[in-house]
Amino acid sequence: MALLEVRDLRTSFSTRRGVVRAVDGVSFEVEQGRTLGIVGESGCGKSVTALSLMRLLPPSASIEGGTVTFDGRDLATLGRRDLESLRGSAIGMVFQDPMTSLNPANSIGAQIVETIRRHEPVGRKDADRRARELLEEVQIPRAAERLRDYPHQFSGGMRQRVMIAIAIACRPKLLIADEPTTALDVTVQDQILGLLDELRRSHEMAMVLITHDMGVIAGVAHDVIVMYAGQVVEQAPTLELFDRAEHPYTEALLRALPRIDAADARHGRLEAIAGRPPELIDPLPGCRFAPRCAYASLDACATTPQALRVIRPGHLVRTSHPASERPA
Amino acid sequence: MSEPRPLLSVRGLTKVFEARSGMPGRRGTHVRAVDDVSFDIAPGETLGIVGESGSGKSTTAYCVLRLVEPTSGRVEFDGTDITALGGGDLRKARRQMQIVFQDPYSSLDPRMRVRTVVSEPLRVHGIGDRASRRRRVDELLELVGLSPSAADRFPHEFSGGQRQRVGIARALALEPKLVVCDEPVSALDVSVQAQILNLLKDLQDELDLTYLFISHDLAVIRTVSDRIAVMRHGKVVETARADALFASPGHEYTQELLSAIPVPDPREMNRRRDAKLEARR
Repeated sequence: MALLEVRDLRTSFSTRRGVVRAVDGVSFEVEQGRTLGIVGESGCGKSVTALSLMRLLPPSASIEGGTVTFDGRDLATLGRRDLESLRGSAIGMVFQDPMTSLNPANSIGAQIVETIRRHEPVGRKDADRRARELLEEVQIPRAAERLRDYPHQFSGGMRQRVMIAIAIACRPKLLIADEPTTALDVTVQDQILGLLDELRRSHEMAMVLITHDMGVIAGVAHDVIVMYAGQVVEQAPTLELFDRAEHPYTEALLRALPRIDAADARHGRLEAIAGRPPELIDPLPGCRFAPRCAYASLDACATTPQALRVIRPGHLVRTSHPASERPA
Repeated sequence: MSEPRPLLSVRGLTKVFEARSGMPGRRGTHVRAVDDVSFDIAPGETLGIVGESGSGKSTTAYCVLRLVEPTSGRVEFDGTDITALGGGDLRKARRQMQIVFQDPYSSLDPRMRVRTVVSEPLRVHGIGDRASRRRRVDELLELVGLSPSAADRFPHEFSGGQRQRVGIARALALEPKLVVCDEPVSALDVSVQAQILNLLKDLQDELDLTYLFISHDLAVIRTVSDRIAVMRHGKVVETARADALFASPGHEYTQELLSAIPVPDPREMNRRRDAKLEARR
């Protein structure tokens, strides 16, 4: 059994204009020691998926269905207290903006110690020592001194390291990282992604990494799910996805990227995807990408519900027009 | 072959910000946000400036437009030193130089309809009458791929990509020669980003525009630029033709940037990881 199993997760937001089905039947699993990347554009439901796992949703959202099984326990039926004790211990979390997750009025050391002591019966001294070791582990120079510093005294990259230290403080089995490097400069991003991967290995953690960046996926994910309009449209091992993308959306997304390895890019055009993602208040009964798809026969595709199906071992796709089944 | 006269020529541009410490008794510090920056842009050319946060790339752009007063240096536009201009002459020069911002929403007045937003530069510069401005707005909206009905709507009714089209239409209203693009696609999703980058390229060809294009994203910069200047800590560390910069980056920092940007190629990313592990041994 996989460490994390998500089955048919459904999360909705109630808005003035109606019910928005932000996550609409998402399933995946993550094995111990593996990194699953969830990629998609704004509003595709990737972050809401991550927040739903931990039930960290805003009041306007509700989980309408599905199961989340972590380490053999069903998180959906877990009481508030049990869930809280799981968060920050067996499951660590890192978000995009570390400044909003850290308390500006407390020293870094105090915040790490607090996390450790909330979850484990350790004395002050031991907790202090562990806090120092954690800062060393996330490669913050002069760890012992920096424990006394406050969040604003750290750069963006260093703050994200502190968040990672807190996330791994209680030796989690799973780390959920939601756009952890999106706010950072590329050179800092590179270091943070390297650090996350190293920690995943040394701690034998599983990781769910949410990102909009196909390059980040290529760098750290073992497996990828591509989300579009609240659904998983494609799932595959990373190499397979980049070599043999099947879903017209995945293909279009990869082709729309400006590349640093494109010779004479100046005089070419990017292959843009026309239109934009649909509203999720009253989505099409069929393929949600159909109105933007180059291959769709609009009527049939937009009206016939599409199931996620296996196209090759380990490779799932939700479309009637996968690349390998199109006439040449 | 004789080089055409540059449309924009920047020499020794420097901007020093005085940061007050905020604490009594303590002296403020000087930050050289832009430090002796020089470059030329030929008519019809795109110069990309790439750099990380705090590199001074946006401040450079603002100094060129004198949205920020440079501390020293020359900015020559079409043969005229605009750092010396004041009042009416500066306004006249500014008609030729417009800017597209990163977040069109925050740069647009939310209470103004699109028609007002796009025609504002025309009104400010006293160009045309109501009827001709109306026609011009319709024309501009069509030029950037929006329907004329967009004119009567408010910015918040649009998606990010459409708002950026409105921002571009406004920048083009005065038929500028130079358009400064300050991170114009950084807030946009990949699929929309490609639409806007294509639009900017098409407009350049159609209207003979010259671009100064600011971005933190090397891939975006490569897609639009003829030449690229790499900035760090207020200084230009390297300027080169786009293909040459990527094929053989001259400066150590450029190399560092190139090896840090994630590319959508798992094999290349694996190679880099192995190289890093190897280097650490």
